[in-house]
Amino acid sequence: MLSVDLLSNALVAGVLIGGFYAAVSIGLAITFGQLDIVNIAHPAFVVVGSYIAWILNSRLGWDPVLVGILAAPVFYFVGVLIYRVYYLAFERTGQESLSGLAFFFGVMFIVEVSLVLVYGVDYRLVSAAYLEKNFNLGFVGLPLRLVVPFLVASVMTAAVWLYLSRTFTGRAILAVAQDRLALQLMGADPVRVKQFAFGLAIATTSVAGSLLIMIGPVEPSLGRAYIGRAFAIVVLGGMGSIPGMVIAALLIGVVESFVSTFAGPSWAPAVSFGVLLLTLAVRPSGLFGRS
Amino acid sequence: MFRNRADFIFWGALAAVLLAGLAFTRIITNEYYYTAAYAILQATVMALAWNILGGFTGYVNFGSAGFFGIGAYTSIALGKAFGQTLGLPVMIAAAALICGLIGLSLGYLTLRLKGVYFSIATLAMAIVFETLMNNWSYAGGARGAYILTPDSHLWFNSYIQMLFMLMLLLTLGSITVSRALNASRLGRGLAAIRDDEVAAECAGVPTLKLKLISATLMGAMMGVAGAPYPYFVTFVDPASAFSLFVAVNAIAMPMIGGTAHWIGPVIGALLVGTVQQVITVTVSSELNVLFVGIMLVVFISLAPQGIVGLVQKVRARRAR
Amino acid sequence: MIKRRSFMRASLASGVIAIALVSGSLVSTAAQAAKPIKIGFSMALTGGLAGAGKAALIAMEIWRDDINKKGGLLGRPVELVYYDDATNPATVPGIYTKLLDVDKVDLVVSSYGTNEIAPAMPIVMRKKLVFPSLFGLAVNDEFNYDRYFQIMPAGPEPKLDWSRGYFQLAKEQTPRPKTVAIIAADAEFALNAAAGARANAKALGFDVVYDKTFPPSTTDYTPIVRAIQAANPDIVYVATYPPQSVGMVKAAHEVGLKVKMFGGCMVGLQFAAIQQNLGPLLDNIVNYHFWVPAPTLDFPGINEFLKKYEEAAKGKGVDPLGQYLPPYAYAYMQVLGDSVEATKGLNQAKLAAYMHSHTFDTVVGKVKFAKNGEWAKTRVLQVQFRNVKPNDLEQFRDPGTQVVLYPPQWKSGKMAYPYSE
Repeated sequence: MLSVDLLSNALVAGVLIGGFYAAVSIGLAITFGQLDIVNIAHPAFVVVGSYIAWILNSRLGWDPVLVGILAAPVFYFVGVLIYRVYYLAFERTGQESLSGLAFFFGVMFIVEVSLVLVYGVDYRLVSAAYLEKNFNLGFVGLPLRLVVPFLVASVMTAAVWLYLSRTFTGRAILAVAQDRLALQLMGADPVRVKQFAFGLAIATTSVAGSLLIMIGPVEPSLGRAYIGRAFAIVVLGGMGSIPGMVIAALLIGVVESFVSTFAGPSWAPAVSFGVLLLTLAVRPSGLFGRS
Repeated sequence: MFRNRADFIFWGALAAVLLAGLAFTRIITNEYYYTAAYAILQATVMALAWNILGGFTGYVNFGSAGFFGIGAYTSIALGKAFGQTLGLPVMIAAAALICGLIGLSLGYLTLRLKGVYFSIATLAMAIVFETLMNNWSYAGGARGAYILTPDSHLWFNSYIQMLFMLMLLLTLGSITVSRALNASRLGRGLAAIRDDEVAAECAGVPTLKLKLISATLMGAMMGVAGAPYPYFVTFVDPASAFSLFVAVNAIAMPMIGGTAHWIGPVIGALLVGTVQQVITVTVSSELNVLFVGIMLVVFISLAPQGIVGLVQKVRARRAR
Repeated sequence: MIKRRSFMRASLASGVIAIALVSGSLVSTAAQAAKPIKIGFSMALTGGLAGAGKAALIAMEIWRDDINKKGGLLGRPVELVYYDDATNPATVPGIYTKLLDVDKVDLVVSSYGTNEIAPAMPIVMRKKLVFPSLFGLAVNDEFNYDRYFQIMPAGPEPKLDWSRGYFQLAKEQTPRPKTVAIIAADAEFALNAAAGARANAKALGFDVVYDKTFPPSTTDYTPIVRAIQAANPDIVYVATYPPQSVGMVKAAHEVGLKVKMFGGCMVGLQFAAIQQNLGPLLDNIVNYHFWVPAPTLDFPGINEFLKKYEEAAKGKGVDPLGQYLPPYAYAYMQVLGDSVEATKGLNQAKLAAYMHSHTFDTVVGKVKFAKNGEWAKTRVLQVQFRNVKPNDLEQFRDPGTQVVLYPPQWKSGKMAYPYSE
């Protein structure tokens, strides 16, 4: 049953969803890849973004992408707040990494369960006129519910990357993980830079969340499926490398799509975690990472 | 074993708890108490196990649910293969063996991965196990497996009473192992690894051997905690056996109680576990997750040494 | 003198004691009379099955109110004690343990749905309780419990009776379709349905060219539907729970699925909210159902019940029409209540014996159980959606929107074939 039809559709769907995965992972690429903060609660924030999109879409009829962009500043401030707590509790005392991981583990549960307590476990969807439309390029289907998130994700990823590589603050973020002292000597306050970076990372979850709920229905525990994906993508891409992360995201999207189509969807969760384990065991610095 | 007065007190206390448990089974008839007590004791064993690798050795395991789940599925698979003829002790031993081996491989993994990477790898391992069980239709796959309660429950009034005493025995055993480890030379070696692995290696501590022992013990104990679970709950599916809730409890309870001393996990598990049982009966079980999440965040930010640490601080202040 | 005083004291004392005893027993009988009969269960009030679970609860509350208006059961008021199981099978054992040990309920009934009924079986079997069940497919095939009773009219061989109609209809079409694709969620209910479909397909001479399952948490059905299309089946049999059914129907349209027959066993396509949401996407799907407003299915009492239900459901955000689960939820309580009254007590063994040996008059017609607790005769309808308008709830009151195709004695129209033009 290895038809060209099935193969090309699996490939295209994989690329489209891989682009979306990049949007989910870029925040983690910043916090984990560059700042070494193990924010395992990152996907939980994405789900919160989905819920905000659902609420405003179902009550006021606003377009979900618009909601994602408008809510981003709020998410930014939440991110800054969380970083402050994290800094005061851990970084200042030098107890990072493991305690930080446990801290964010707790935050993840708090976020997820709060959603369950307030909104229940039912699936939520958004509705927008373009979401039901499909285009067909020959035998390849291009449903807008995948194409639009792919386009928005690409724009956001490109924008963040340009910012990080071209502006002073952006490059300060890249620098702060590598050499704190040098950064201080250059006149930037490492704490403020990290705070800004963390806020930026959480702001991206607002957009990623609205894209997530456009692709399919969302319920509170959906974030757990993305923990493996996001970490696998960041680690595979290489810590600190945004282009590497994008390539890793596309790769994982395509592999998952192929496994789903040909081996069966029940094996899909193992793909990202399996890739993660493999990368950690064989080449922990990833494809493009700094060693 | 009976080296000093502290040992006498310890063994005396254990014996007293065991007798109290037996007396309990004679007096209390409402089965729900045993259900709640079993859950608390199971959490205690998981917390003690986690602490061996996490608190004593410094390698944080996020995949505790993986060991617990494999322990549970060992029982299920053996039950499907041999019916009820094997009996729980055999299943517990099998789970200890299998999960101990998994723990051993985890120990070897520490050679390649340190710190955060190790922890993420443990999480990935648990999910991979869950996916494997989801696809293993012999043991039920995603639809889950049912265990019909066996008829015999020895001299106890009901099956749940017997499970309770079994778990009490397992808990006391875990406490003994944990205490022996804490106080021994082995324990000091583990503490050296936790504080600075490179320095310990340089000082001649056989770090690999100690890490392997530590990880194997942790794995075996968690498997032991998971083995009777199918008989307790009568329905198991991969989502509930490998639940992240098991993992967060296994981390939160020792951290809340205090990771440096063997009694920390016990305190943490008894405290948090009891509150969770009360919440389940009075409100709902979702609130449990919120409770443990908040407690974890609060303790790890403000009191990373746990309750034991707080008590030690108070004592030190008083001594001045 | 002393004798008289002590005699007086003695008689006074015994008089007081006598009065105390009599009034005490009066008080306790009054208390006994007031002590409610508690019926405990878990119900899917949130999660995938909540669309019907909430509706079922309303129907059960209507039954409770009806019974209490007539003086209760055995002269005692009836109280329902329930907890939300969130459509999560793992919560069910804990809930039933709580109901029995903490709330100390007198009787238990099941939750809604195969996946939620089966996890309670070991506990009710251990305690030897009568277990009236609400819409579980072939749950007792595995347990063989003699006190299990199923109100869903699947039939004495539930797995086979369930899908036989679908394949029978396929067999009658010209040109005769040859190949079948079976897709099921990896969960108790769907796997049972798929097992029956497989057996029926083989027995009626079809070739199964695709036979897969998917994880219940799947949200993207497009790759699944594409894989099905790639196998080129004539007929597709789908076994899913509501969120998955919605996903499959939408994906079928996104991919442009071209097959001759599509449907089967999609739970959720009977819920009013989903019917309204999917609208024209439902056209030509052949799916199972148990009751539609067709003149052939006008059982005594059903219309009055549905009116009461519609009234009670107003403003509660539940299925406004209540055609699927509520009548049967009312009926399974009727069976329990009638048995309690007839056996004049709460003895589980006597209740079970009564339920096995009698025919009950309920709002869904006459109910008789076979030895395995299923219905003695099957009444699974195969229904086809036709000319469904978008966003219109009222059309589902029309007999023409859901046409009964099978079994022949309840047939109300001709089948539109093939599914896709």
